Amino acid sequence: MGVLFACESVSVKYDMGFAVENVSFELEAGDYLCIVGENGSGKTTLLKTIAGLVRPAAGKVDLRGVKQSEIGYLPQQTPLQKDFPANVMEVVLSGRLGRNGWLPFYTKRDKDSANEEIVRLNIGDIKFASYRSLSGGQQQRALLARALCATDKLLLLDEPTSGLDPLIASELYRILRELNERGLTIVMVSHDVGSAVHYGNKVLHMQTSKLFFGSQNDYVASDAGRRLLGGAAAGRRLPGGTAYV
Amino acid sequence: MFELLGELFSYPFVIRALVVGIMVALCASLLGVSLVLKRYSMIGDGLSHVGFGTLAIAMSLNLAPLEVSIPLVLLAAFLLLRISENSRIKGDAAIALISSSSLAIGVVVIAMTVGMNADVCNYMFGSILAMKKSDVYLSVAVSIAVLVLFVFFYNKIFAVTFDENFAKAAGTRTGVYNMLIAFLTALIIVVGMRIMGAMLISSLIIFPALTAMRVFNSFRRVVICAAFLSVICFFIGIVFSFALDTPAGASVVLVNLAAFVLFFALGRIRKLA
Repeated sequence: MGVLFACESVSVKYDMGFAVENVSFELEAGDYLCIVGENGSGKTTLLKTIAGLVRPAAGKVDLRGVKQSEIGYLPQQTPLQKDFPANVMEVVLSGRLGRNGWLPFYTKRDKDSANEEIVRLNIGDIKFASYRSLSGGQQQRALLARALCATDKLLLLDEPTSGLDPLIASELYRILRELNERGLTIVMVSHDVGSAVHYGNKVLHMQTSKLFFGSQNDYVASDAGRRLLGGAAAGRRLPGGTAYV
Repeated sequence: MFELLGELFSYPFVIRALVVGIMVALCASLLGVSLVLKRYSMIGDGLSHVGFGTLAIAMSLNLAPLEVSIPLVLLAAFLLLRISENSRIKGDAAIALISSSSLAIGVVVIAMTVGMNADVCNYMFGSILAMKKSDVYLSVAVSIAVLVLFVFFYNKIFAVTFDENFAKAAGTRTGVYNMLIAFLTALIIVVGMRIMGAMLISSLIIFPALTAMRVFNSFRRVVICAAFLSVICFFIGIVFSFALDTPAGASVVLVNLAAFVLFFALGRIRKLA
């Protein structure tokens, strides 16, 4: 499979200096990349740069096998959304928007696609429920369904399991793995290093600059990996099946 | 009751105020849903004060009020949006600066212009008498343009309101739609300001959306409910204003307040049930 996109010496500046400094890597179609690192290490900023939300100060993100309008993004939830009057169908359908250009209304195909994702994520029974009345896990599924409506190539996830209980988190990881097995490329930012390394096939360890990039197996054996995973902690598991550090 | 309505409709100025007001109320409520949910209500408030300043300047120079106000308020909309996008906290204060300065400029200009003092109150709090025939045409044209654009871009407006980052990542040009919403708001504010008053026009934007949100749970229903509420409240408000000889804008706001309290109670009851 070919290269889907490449980060070429990407640097992003903030007031105080670099948020991301000189990061380069290539991702192939079908990869499942986990971006790990401590708080403030530039993980989310890098993801936003790939998504096209942040303009790099130097370098560029080269989208080779995917167009901007074919990126599905699952951002961290904003406080504003918590009280938003919208039903699940409205939220999911909005994922189709990037695809239909200037068309003012959704077509039958858009609706079919939205319904398909709703079924896939098992939220059919809350299709017309209000987004603000849903649990954290249900909201995350709705947002994932929306992201899947936007893409069948590249899915970008920003801390998808934060705030979810371990059982629901591991269910979400299972869904993501299934999607990946069907050929969807996934890039996930996570503070949950154990699971991230467990599910992905590639790891990018950020510390403003790139500390490690490579396959999951190499990462576990590397210095950076050992430090973050902390030896014995790598195998520790919480009830519910999610590995924790 | 029917006598009152009959009498009401026998005055051309009332008809004009109703035609313009209902169009404005409708458009303001539609835009309001997005503005309130994006936490941009302050922009509406800021724009109305800028509108007051420009209106005062236009009147004192004997220029056509709408033709002067519209471009200036559009410019202000552009600036205010930029300010509030760049940094939320500073944006709040900056909007307050701009709106109080515009208000001050307006008041001083009016005070310096001989023979205009009597009108200050009308600008501030609105007058049912404000609409002339030529204003009606322009106002209705602007309102129809706003309506058409809103319907045409409804789905995009939803996406940008609900989650700007997602929409942008999926290739939607969110900056364009934010600007569209701000510009349409500016237009509606200028057009509606003379009936509702500079101090009160922003309520037409904020109230219907907030009221509808108490009870309805989908975006579409909130939008539709807000639109109906806004028009009904405006009509009742004008009838009150006419019957009791109260200022038009304030009467409409009070009717909106009553609707809000009613819906708030309904929402609470539904939650308990």
